[in-house]
Amino acid sequence: MKVRRVFGGILVASALAFAATPATAKNTIRWASQGDALTGDPHAANEAPTNSASRKIYDTLVYADKDLKFIPWLATSWKLVNPTTWEFELRKGVKWHDGSDFTAEDVKFSFERVLSPTSDYKKQVNSVKEVKIINPHKVHIIHTGPNPIFPNQLTSIFIMSKAWSEKHGVTKPQDRAAKEETYAVRHAMGTGPFKLKLREPDVKTVLVKNEDWWGLKQFPHEVDEIIYTPISNPATRIAALLSGELDFVLDPPLQDLNRIKSTPGFKIKQTAQTRTIFLGMNQGKDKLLTASVDKNPFKDVRVRKAFYQAIDVDAIKKKVMRGYSVPAGIITSKFIHGHTPTLDKRHPYDPAAAKKLLAEAGHPNGFEIQLDCPNNRYINDEAICQAVVGMLAKIGVKVTLSAIPKTIHFPKIKNRETDFYMLGWGVPTLDSHYVFSFLTKGADKGWNGTGFNDPEINKAIDQIEIETDFGKRDALISKVWTKMKDNVNYLPLHHQVIVWAMNDRVDVPIVADDGVRFIYTKFKK
Amino acid sequence: MTAYILQRIFQALAVMVVVAFVSFLMFNFVGDPVDNMVGQEASYEDREEMRDRLGLNDPFVVQFARFVGNAVRGEFGISYRLQRPVATLISERMPATLELVGASALLSILIGIPLGVYTGIRRYAISSRVILTLSLAGVSLPTFVIGILLIYVFSVNLGWLPSFGRGQATQIGWWSTSFLTVSGWKAIIMPSITLALFQMTLILRLVRSEMLEVMRTDYIKFARARGLPDRLINFGHAFKNTLVPVITIIGLNVGSLIAFSIITETVFQWPGMGFLFIQAVGFADVPVMAAYLVMVAAIFVAINLIVDILYFVVDPRLRVDRTVASGSGE
Repeated sequence: MKVRRVFGGILVASALAFAATPATAKNTIRWASQGDALTGDPHAANEAPTNSASRKIYDTLVYADKDLKFIPWLATSWKLVNPTTWEFELRKGVKWHDGSDFTAEDVKFSFERVLSPTSDYKKQVNSVKEVKIINPHKVHIIHTGPNPIFPNQLTSIFIMSKAWSEKHGVTKPQDRAAKEETYAVRHAMGTGPFKLKLREPDVKTVLVKNEDWWGLKQFPHEVDEIIYTPISNPATRIAALLSGELDFVLDPPLQDLNRIKSTPGFKIKQTAQTRTIFLGMNQGKDKLLTASVDKNPFKDVRVRKAFYQAIDVDAIKKKVMRGYSVPAGIITSKFIHGHTPTLDKRHPYDPAAAKKLLAEAGHPNGFEIQLDCPNNRYINDEAICQAVVGMLAKIGVKVTLSAIPKTIHFPKIKNRETDFYMLGWGVPTLDSHYVFSFLTKGADKGWNGTGFNDPEINKAIDQIEIETDFGKRDALISKVWTKMKDNVNYLPLHHQVIVWAMNDRVDVPIVADDGVRFIYTKFKK
Repeated sequence: MTAYILQRIFQALAVMVVVAFVSFLMFNFVGDPVDNMVGQEASYEDREEMRDRLGLNDPFVVQFARFVGNAVRGEFGISYRLQRPVATLISERMPATLELVGASALLSILIGIPLGVYTGIRRYAISSRVILTLSLAGVSLPTFVIGILLIYVFSVNLGWLPSFGRGQATQIGWWSTSFLTVSGWKAIIMPSITLALFQMTLILRLVRSEMLEVMRTDYIKFARARGLPDRLINFGHAFKNTLVPVITIIGLNVGSLIAFSIITETVFQWPGMGFLFIQAVGFADVPVMAAYLVMVAAIFVAINLIVDILYFVVDPRLRVDRTVASGSGE
């Protein structure tokens, strides 16, 4: 009996010791999402997961923090010295992962790399004419014209080492028409908070803490090691979280959220995203491709408004999105400069008024039309479209739904092969101009499939791009939004809500752009 | 004989070209890869320029000819998605798939054959009926359901086995194996069972029906009449004679195991070729899809070719029939 008790004591003690080891040893966070970053080259693919991966290793001049506030990063301050020149003071004492010093040369080099033909970020900073080195810690970035929101555009322009890039022959981003991969695809060397330890695309990526990171005093983070494993099947991803193989899942499916919440030891976090989901109606063409009527019914604002008021977004929120969406009055969310609560208020849901509007426009019995919808891009995209079909049927519009993969859907919008379509839009610069330049202007080609083309509004948008008087600029932004809302260019549905799931061991603050910032992560003591 | 084999090889090549052509035709329906390769900011001109550089604006025939020309030299270009050479990607992923397929084939043979023999001999026993009923579930349940069920039981509830991945893999030359670590062995258990289940039940049912057939034949009755022990009759005489069709089916099914592994690999995040392919489809990654389909076609064609040649060698009637057939034609 005694012996057994002693033995039991030893067992308990060793179990305790074993349980205590991870806490005293290393804070490792194991996490997963649906797909891996496309490349390690920070300028080769402008895509959210790739961006988020680069941000852990590479730094930017300006940083969007966890509340999406712009804060000094590799640049300590910036100002306009004349309408076309931005001056950046660079941080001193910053070291690359290989121990060399970060200087203005690296900034100049990185901008040249970003502007080269194979870069996927060249459009984002295409106003840059040249980078002038004033001294090793000061640069002037000269633009072809005034660019008031240039710092906003820099939160995903990663700075690479000139010496490292030259040494490994990667002074240009990967050319996809080439036959070989470049060194930068699977290797990375930045100034960022984490160093790349292992990179197996699609399988596993291991990052370790950069003990010499310049920001450690300001952001004394607790993460020693990050292990990322993409898991494409949502059920497997959740199973791996619940079985304790993962600490954090970026994209849990909506139907599993209640289960995660109700399991002891797990929690979810949610926030409205910087992405808004909406429907586009082609009001430019004289005759539509799929409508049962000869004249394009969308040319009449009453028809567009009727569609708008026939859709019960609250029902979509409740039934399709399980409560995880924020009904939208304009096609951009509260994080974007120019958004106001008044603008975001919807026209009321009112099927009777919608039917009346439709009758006034000469379609008392409705008409037939096709709705094109992606089925693998946004949260519950196809289900939302199915709900829309049912709601429009109630005012007599017979909608045929065509739900297709995004690789086929998006070209349809850009080639103007759709009359009525779903689209979602995120805004990396967090400024309304980004939305206008892609979705309000450019009726001839590009993402604006509505055919909306108003010379006065286009002029206002051009002015917004270069207006350096922020009061005037805000007035112009408000003017464009009001026009778009009154005109019902688009039919806003909701701002997407993102949800992250994690166990109680870790606390990962959620960020509205869906990009993880591990420097804010805390571990349970 | 030589003429026959040559003819077969020629046919195999023709099949390959047709497969390449059809799969290439299909790529027109998977969508526009350029859309996934550039950010949403890219302008119309940027996209067009990219399409030009990749040769996607060329006429279909030109694209196909270029593909065949490169494929003959073993050049499949670089993956649009991962920006790495396709040949490297496939050779990196192949060991994972082949190990999974090998483990599954072994499982289905080692379990399927004994159970088939058992249910064939003791056809009225209750245990046989239970096995047969269970095997019905094996044929009818979709692979991904079985996979998810296993994950929920053995990973989430019991916590015995990992729910995804391959465990720790060890590199031996260009081959990466997961059989040298404990985590690797643990990781392969559920995926191989998932993949094996269908083949296992197929083999079980085939062996059983063959056994039933053979047991009715005269030489078994005669053996019994001579008073030979049951064990000798069952295994020495009956079972041996069921093996010919079973071996043929197993051989052919290795090909379909590779094809079926796509679903299993997706469920378990198994880093094999099937998973590579399914991701390529989502991205419209044409170089990877083309190379994968051609490779799978090559595997099937090669197996068929070998089987054809073996038949010819083994079965003298084939030769006679052909001479007669060609003789009557003249």
